[in-house]
Amino acid sequence: MAWDWQVFLNDDGSGGRTYLQWMMDAWGWTVSVAASAWVIAMVVGALVGTMRTLPDNPWLVRLANVWVELFRNIPLLVQIFLWYFVVPKIFPVMQGIPSFVLVVFALGFFTSARIAEQVRAGIQSLPKGQRYAGMAMGFTTLQTYRYVILPMAFRIILPPLTSESMNLLKNSSVAFAVSIAELTMFAMQAQEETSRGIEIYIAVTGLYAISAFAVNRIMSFIEKRVQIPGYVVAGGTGGGH
Amino acid sequence: MWSRVAQAGGTDMGGLDLTFVNWDIISKFVLGGFMFSINLTIIATLGGILFGTILALMRLSGNKPMTIIATVYVNGMRSVPLVMVILWFFLLVPLITGRPVGAELSATITFIAFEAAYFSEIMRAGIQSIPRGQVYAGQALGMTYSQNMRLVVLPQAFRNMLPVLLTQTIILFQDTSLVYAIGAYDLLKGFVTAGKIYGRPEEAYLMAAVLYFVVCFGLSALVKRLQSKIAIIR
Repeated sequence: MAWDWQVFLNDDGSGGRTYLQWMMDAWGWTVSVAASAWVIAMVVGALVGTMRTLPDNPWLVRLANVWVELFRNIPLLVQIFLWYFVVPKIFPVMQGIPSFVLVVFALGFFTSARIAEQVRAGIQSLPKGQRYAGMAMGFTTLQTYRYVILPMAFRIILPPLTSESMNLLKNSSVAFAVSIAELTMFAMQAQEETSRGIEIYIAVTGLYAISAFAVNRIMSFIEKRVQIPGYVVAGGTGGGH
Repeated sequence: MWSRVAQAGGTDMGGLDLTFVNWDIISKFVLGGFMFSINLTIIATLGGILFGTILALMRLSGNKPMTIIATVYVNGMRSVPLVMVILWFFLLVPLITGRPVGAELSATITFIAFEAAYFSEIMRAGIQSIPRGQVYAGQALGMTYSQNMRLVVLPQAFRNMLPVLLTQTIILFQDTSLVYAIGAYDLLKGFVTAGKIYGRPEEAYLMAAVLYFVVCFGLSALVKRLQSKIAIIR
């Protein structure tokens, strides 16, 4: 079978845009979805994960546990459908919200449950003495978390956060299901229109790999910048995706 | 049963009407898809563990070419979204076999190949968690490499890894919903089809979410119990 890479220079039928330009636009959508969802996932995940470790607030702990179990045990694709079809039906106020925003929330909350799990594990891996030291200094709970526990915990969990960030980027591909014009959507449509599936899939797969690698580099740059000399952090990822 | 629940609830739930789901619809549309999802999960788990173990052994074998092949395969699979892998196989398998294959068969092959990469990472961590002394003990007894692996290392590694393997299986079950991309008839598709035919798509998505949640939450509770049991033995 012969290659035909020139397919990318063909017009995509929308008037003056080549498949290459379409693919670059799609890459932009993938990065936008992933970056926006990442912000939500980190903020909510840090909050929920911290809530799960609060010393004397059983109801907040329970609430946070429910959050994690809820968003972890439903497939992302189903969650995206829920946000897209069911939530606007129950809350008619949300009917005007663009699907991009809905997908960002779906992906962000889905990932927040995983981040929360990492944050909780990170906080609980700290020796109890850290918390007691904060109390002995006369810190409030908020101050203990702000100045003692969280700075340590976040450094510990940076390696798993790296792999969760890469997972988030890959999971953004599921947005194809509600017709977000991102890379997977482009791959499916361009494959159908041009019958040059292999060339198109190779290019799209390459862009995903480049993006995932970039995320990896950015995170390990952060890891190096915030490293405390003499304080070794053990990595380890295991399963997931 | 669902109708009774909905009536007992008494609320309107923002215009949602769950009463349309009854046993007839479940057995007609959902059950087949549910069985496919379960079968796909089981086959992909067993196949993934088998090929994953082989990949892990290749990576740890110390043989340069074997290590490189396995590493490239595992890292390659892990850096591509599962949806893209599903699309790739759907495109490539007919080209290789020379005739069209159904979405279901293509999905099965995809999941075995994809999960093998993830299971191999779990297996590798499990094998490496066995103290070196165990391997030396096997060697001291005059065992060959394969005897040592089969009789000493792998049985212990499997037991240490059991909770992680099962957690990965739950994730795998959730991921089977992604066969939506190639139109295979799974649990989600069953609900979507029923929702379309009866004009109740929102309720169908909601029911699908509930069912996935019940299965995954129940299984992860079981894994937690197993984990505490294993921890005591160790």
